[in-house]
Amino acid sequence: MSINRPGNQLGGRASIVGIGATEFSKDSGRSEMSLASEAVAAAIADAGLKPSDIDGMVTYSTDNNPDVEIARHVGIGSLRHFSRVHYGGGAACGTIVMAAMAVATGVADAVVCYRAFNERSGRRFGAGVQDLPNAATAERAQFSWTTPAGQLTPASWVAMVARRYMHLYGATSADFGRVAVAGRRHAANNPAAWFYNDPITLEDHQASRWIVDPLHLLDCCQESDGGQALVVTSAERARDLPNTPALIVAGAQGAGVDQWTMTSFFRDDIAQLPEMKVVADELWTSSGLTPSDIQTAILYDHFTPYVLMQLEEFGFCGRGEAKDFIKDGALEIGGRLPINTHGGQLGEAYIHGMNGIAEAVRQVRGTSVNQVDKVENVLVTAGTGVPTSGLILGVDR
Amino acid sequence: MSNTHADIIVDTTPEAKTAFFAELQTYVGLEIGAPTPAPDEINAPMIRHLVEAVGDKNPVYTNTELAKQSIHGGIVAPPTMLQAWVMNGIDGPARTGDGPYEQMNQLLFSRGFASVVGTNSEQTYVRYLRPGDQLTMRTVIDSISDEKTTGLGTGHFVSTRQDYYDAKNELVGSMLFRIFRFQPKAKAPATKPKVLRPRPATTHDNQWYFDGLNDGILYSQACAECAEVRFPTGPMCPTCHSLNWDKVEMPLSGTIHSFVIAHYPQVPSFEYPLPVLLVDIDPSLSHTDKPGNNKVRMIMNSADTDLDTLVVGARVRIEIRATDPDMKLPFAILDPTSNTGAAS
Repeated sequence: MSINRPGNQLGGRASIVGIGATEFSKDSGRSEMSLASEAVAAAIADAGLKPSDIDGMVTYSTDNNPDVEIARHVGIGSLRHFSRVHYGGGAACGTIVMAAMAVATGVADAVVCYRAFNERSGRRFGAGVQDLPNAATAERAQFSWTTPAGQLTPASWVAMVARRYMHLYGATSADFGRVAVAGRRHAANNPAAWFYNDPITLEDHQASRWIVDPLHLLDCCQESDGGQALVVTSAERARDLPNTPALIVAGAQGAGVDQWTMTSFFRDDIAQLPEMKVVADELWTSSGLTPSDIQTAILYDHFTPYVLMQLEEFGFCGRGEAKDFIKDGALEIGGRLPINTHGGQLGEAYIHGMNGIAEAVRQVRGTSVNQVDKVENVLVTAGTGVPTSGLILGVDR
Repeated sequence: MSNTHADIIVDTTPEAKTAFFAELQTYVGLEIGAPTPAPDEINAPMIRHLVEAVGDKNPVYTNTELAKQSIHGGIVAPPTMLQAWVMNGIDGPARTGDGPYEQMNQLLFSRGFASVVGTNSEQTYVRYLRPGDQLTMRTVIDSISDEKTTGLGTGHFVSTRQDYYDAKNELVGSMLFRIFRFQPKAKAPATKPKVLRPRPATTHDNQWYFDGLNDGILYSQACAECAEVRFPTGPMCPTCHSLNWDKVEMPLSGTIHSFVIAHYPQVPSFEYPLPVLLVDIDPSLSHTDKPGNNKVRMIMNSADTDLDTLVVGARVRIEIRATDPDMKLPFAILDPTSNTGAAS
């Protein structure tokens, strides 16, 4: 057998054919398993499949809902593939990558990817590591360089990078605010969004209280209760199913040099996202596409500064130039690059990026509440500041 | 229930105390308020509800036939229900007015005995009560103790006595109810229990760094084979893969690389707003010109209180301070002599 190294060959092999979500709330009043089961069942139904057609399941390492238990509740039969992707929100697109790899290799025929939690009414994700017990493990010890000084939360970790970014490139808090304004404008049109009919102005952003200076409250995404699931199957089979397939044009994971989980403070330059650069290079190289081929993007927006930095890593603009790129409503519907047309995690819900992948599917289908014209390719990214992942979804022609 | 009147100043001479006690004793024996009739006569349903609630299976309280065969010759009420028959409901009228009891309380309050705690009650039964009995209660101040000091404070035990009479005005039972009217002991100044800062999670690979801080030394790490400096600490040299390493003592000075000011969420072990700095530590003198020696960066708090002066690029000196008896951490202090606002 000869060995060649053709690079990332994932593109064009698989499609997302079903999406399903629960309501997005601050207090679901039910179990995470109930949310997961509902979302998974809804995604399978949306795909035009039966539960017995599903033979693979993928979620995040941080999800509390075992795949086999969901399979019992939903009536999914035997499974041939099950995997979990690490690093919180960084796993989002990675679950689709796992599913697509399984489908492309025949390891599974139809894989459901899911994420469901009560992360507002239950254990709040914004709490960071402040309430987690110590343990003599590398997983816990990696936070020991920051926690004794009180740097305990995601906002406090992101703020450290944001300050350095502002210092180097002259970006301002108002520049970050434009991301929030765009997300909330889009959410205002989205009945599924928590902030439906509730847009904000840049003045609202600037007046919102400090969470961790330089981050205001409105730089931070919500905490939400809810569930989202997606079904992946082969591109060929997808063409026989009822929905317009969202072809996985490219998919990749990425960790950068000197990578930490949220606290990559020891790199020469901390005002970059080299893990997202790994993803960007993989997506562009394997697809042959460039930023000009993207009509709309879902850029992970747990904190606004990282949206600017992602635009730079993907080459939509040069290093430090995002503050200029996003001016004049560029990120809003009708702008140069509308992002997060569902409202993002700032506006719709924080389902660890899974709801963003579903929105990218809707953009390909042409069913978004903020539909962008002539969509051919949608870029989707996963959590920033952590090992991450990304996708390009496109129309299957 | 307590009610403190800490601002009352009283004469605490023995003569004043004696006069006060004598005045208190004039209330002993006085009847409090008008006689109180029980709202219902003694009746089987209330008896049954009570014995069901407390789980008393004695048939003499509920079974007419068996009770007839007992020495009582019929249903009787549990003696301990005595007080219950005359109790007001939850929403019943509270005692009001300006009778002897209220006057006695005012006298106690005037000496600072404004807190109250119920201590005990004793019941005495003259005869069993039977369905159809109609009770009336009369209350008198039974006794007032001399000044006593307990764990709660100093004050007087006040006993009231409720006497229960039947329709023929014959005594059927009594209850002594004792309370302690007192001035609470002066409390130590309120101190919030100190919540300690989060401990670092430690392994073989980082414990020695925190031990160094507790010895007052700021360490980074260097490969024992190729001398490359690295921080944060790790088990292996990423360049030559040696598992052998040395501690490197770092200078107590550096430059602010970035910083945040945390406002929310607030954790009890910290004061907010909380500055957290990322500091480029000046190179060690022992590993001059070794790779990595100029790349040691650490997170620490600022000891400065004027947060407006924090700026990226500012020079700091570092002090290792105890945050509690078991932990020392580095703190940055802005060095005003060398800060020109220059960017790093």
